Amino acid sequence: MTAQKPKLAVFKFASCDGCQLQLLNLEDELLPLAERVEFAYFLEASSRASDGPWDVVLVEGSVTTPHDAERIRKIREQAKFLVTIGACATSGGIQALRNVADVESWKQQVYPHPEWIETLATSTPIAEYVHVDAEIQGCPVAGEQLLRVLSRLLLGATPDLPVASVCAECKRRETTCVLVARAIPCMGPVTRAGCGAICPALGRDCYGCFGPAADANPASLVRHFEASGLSRTDALRRLRHINGWRREFRTLADALETSRD
Amino acid sequence: MNARAVQTPPIAMLPEPAVIVAKRSFGPEIHAYRLRLLDPTARPRFDFLPGQFNMVYAPGVGEVAISISSDPDEEDLEHTIRIVGRTTRVIDDLEAGDVVGLRGPYGNGWPLRESRFKDLLVVTGGLGCAPVTGAIEYVFRRRASFGHVTILHGVKKAADLVHHSRFEAWRREPNTTVLLTADQPDRAWRDRSGVVTELFEEVEIDAGRTVVLMCGPEVMMHYAIRHLRGRGVPDDRVFLSLERNMKCAVGLCGHCQLGPAFVCKDGPIFPLAKVERFFGVPGL
Amino acid sequence: MSDASWGGVTQPSPGHPEAPPAQWLPRAQLQGLLDALLTRGYRVLAPVVRDAALHFDELKSVAELPVGWRDEQGPGRYRLAHTDASHVFGVVHGPGGIKRHVFAPREPLLQIEMDGPGQGFRAQAVIPAPPRTALLGVRGCDLAGLAMQDRIFLHDRFPDPHYAARRAGLLLIAVGCTRAVATCFCASMGTGPAPSGHYDVALTEVEDGFIAHTGSDAGRDLLAALALARAGAAMLGREREAYASCAGSMQRSLPREALRDLLYENLSHPRFDAVAARCLSCANCTMVCPTCFCHDVRDEPSLDGASSLRVRDWDSCFNPEHAQVHGLNFRPHVRERYRQWLVHKLASWVDQFGASGCVGCGRCISWCPVGIDLTEEVAAIAAAPGARS
Repeated sequence: MTAQKPKLAVFKFASCDGCQLQLLNLEDELLPLAERVEFAYFLEASSRASDGPWDVVLVEGSVTTPHDAERIRKIREQAKFLVTIGACATSGGIQALRNVADVESWKQQVYPHPEWIETLATSTPIAEYVHVDAEIQGCPVAGEQLLRVLSRLLLGATPDLPVASVCAECKRRETTCVLVARAIPCMGPVTRAGCGAICPALGRDCYGCFGPAADANPASLVRHFEASGLSRTDALRRLRHINGWRREFRTLADALETSRD
Repeated sequence: MNARAVQTPPIAMLPEPAVIVAKRSFGPEIHAYRLRLLDPTARPRFDFLPGQFNMVYAPGVGEVAISISSDPDEEDLEHTIRIVGRTTRVIDDLEAGDVVGLRGPYGNGWPLRESRFKDLLVVTGGLGCAPVTGAIEYVFRRRASFGHVTILHGVKKAADLVHHSRFEAWRREPNTTVLLTADQPDRAWRDRSGVVTELFEEVEIDAGRTVVLMCGPEVMMHYAIRHLRGRGVPDDRVFLSLERNMKCAVGLCGHCQLGPAFVCKDGPIFPLAKVERFFGVPGL
Repeated sequence: MSDASWGGVTQPSPGHPEAPPAQWLPRAQLQGLLDALLTRGYRVLAPVVRDAALHFDELKSVAELPVGWRDEQGPGRYRLAHTDASHVFGVVHGPGGIKRHVFAPREPLLQIEMDGPGQGFRAQAVIPAPPRTALLGVRGCDLAGLAMQDRIFLHDRFPDPHYAARRAGLLLIAVGCTRAVATCFCASMGTGPAPSGHYDVALTEVEDGFIAHTGSDAGRDLLAALALARAGAAMLGREREAYASCAGSMQRSLPREALRDLLYENLSHPRFDAVAARCLSCANCTMVCPTCFCHDVRDEPSLDGASSLRVRDWDSCFNPEHAQVHGLNFRPHVRERYRQWLVHKLASWVDQFGASGCVGCGRCISWCPVGIDLTEEVAAIAAAPGARS
């Protein structure tokens, strides 16, 4: 790392700002972070914004308009290392439900002047438009994972986030499996670790907000859910959710829908 | 029972700071780092045999298992590192004067002492072949103690022959045969074309007095093994250097297993006879 | 607990003719035993009902023990129910057992101070200093698991100082099983239902009290403080019957002989494809296993770049990155990961550590979300040996 502080930029696309807030919520670490990096572009925190190039760019949100598609390409040109953060940026987000619906009819129903709305038919992850160097999954992302990635990037190292499932986190923190001990249809076995297994620790099911774990086998889990009495509709709701546009969940949901008809 | 009742075990995991005294590059992806321990009194603990490895530590980032490519009698420890992963990419940026950590040596080495006055057949392939280059240098520094040395080296593309000058120097050694081959030769290529196992046709192997050292892609080793068996070389005279994921290097973390073997502590050098049942089972 | 007892010397089993005389601990005096431990300065960890399962938590009063509770277990299924029974140790086990108190799920290994990029650093070992701990209510399967972990972490060339520090002060009070759940098969693995080896005190719960056996000086010293009566021959007869009936009630088993060769000879068996279609590769089986020891080792650098904590945490051969080295994954498919787990546990473990890695606790069956049963997988391979996918 040179004497000059690396420049960090944070950009927002179609999203709720929750992931950027996770960065702002890192109150204790925010000052040490400001010592190490220059917040060159972070509108959520400061209106002072400087142009690229930037050393590290965090991108929140999905691409939903032609303008978005253009903007992310320009940001990529100025980004040395681009990290997408959150379910919207890495999977299209909850708004990707539109991808399996009729956008025109939704437009007519929602907006008084639908003719003013310029939108794409889909909400898609950033990686469908530009090369992404690393992803931090989650809705919202975990502050601890943001720090882990930034700490490593500051040492010149690429991120090393876990890719396995939530189950290991439950076991490490000694949370009893809600699926096995309470027959609650939990998505933890196919969901990527990183949240610290918050939901099962509260006695409820994981709903998959961190997206699919690497090499997840949701087909087997859904077979088990259905054999235990979960309806096809409820199984589909678990797949077509915050990360429903991720291939692992989407292809299974499509197949289940087809086989139901 | 109180805490004193437990024997005080050696703290095996402490990395020792070492400064990079020289960095030589063999193409953009491979660098040899000569390392000197900041505490010279620690050096005897690092006495090693060619084929053994150290865990090289990029401070704050992580460790990688790298074989030691210098001569055991030298003070400095050389590690030839291929830039392929999260940690080596950080090491890539380090230059002379920078400090890394070392712990080791781990695993076992090539059976070079046991192979004195025997013929050696070295079969290597691919970019790195670092685990055998140290052994070859060791042998040539003690040339009179070994019989005929044959080195067969194959690369995919001609440009992958990163140690070209080394092979040229080895060619000039007495009682030595060096054959190089490229799967995809270019116009400047002067050696054989084809895969390394085709070179076997050209060399004489005295099965009764030959020890084989192999390092490279596992698929290459498979074909070589088939060939060596055809030539009557017994399995306990064929030694392989294997590579697996290593986190602890002392047989505790479980990542490097190949069947019953922990590659870190039972290897990384194995006599074929010991791993034969498991080596080559896809995905094991 | 003496050094020798975890250095491989096996204690006589309860009821063994050479065992020191057994004593009778009335249920009403169990608090006395707990008090004796607390007075000696032990932190006592014992099974309690928490979060819909049994976990080892700190115990101050015997009233916190799971009196009257029962567990019902099956493939992918675990339920607790309260009954009118007065048994204290009626629940066989929970997901965790005692492993986490010795091989911690997350263990800091080194504290590293760094002088700056490319500069020097100083590394120091972080050795845990847990309070002196007694584990009360340890089952035979978990004792066997602990003995195996001792073998792995302490009795090799590089004994692990972090494990050793947690292990050093442990006092073990075992409780034999007089009841098995549907997933138990310790009898076939030779680790239960009566606890054997590696305990300070072993209790057998019968009717309104416990038959107490001692396995070490510390155990004898502890019981001496309670001034107990000797257990009569009739009582010992009932104990033998209870264990025999428990062993006889087990519905599952694994063949111990020839299993190693059977698995080595069937590495390409199509059963591994079939199980991969069901396996979630979620790692639950390895996390609940009393012997699984795989762990990740990594640095956690501080944000200011001035220090780094090297930690290890429980890893699993089902983790997609377990066999990955610089982009090359030696086990790219789930079938290979399941095979690694099964063949390691039941076959290569024997080569590595002199015994099977399976203690027959059945946790991997109960806590597999989709109920994959290793005894069934082994039986399927044994039924069609030599088949290839």
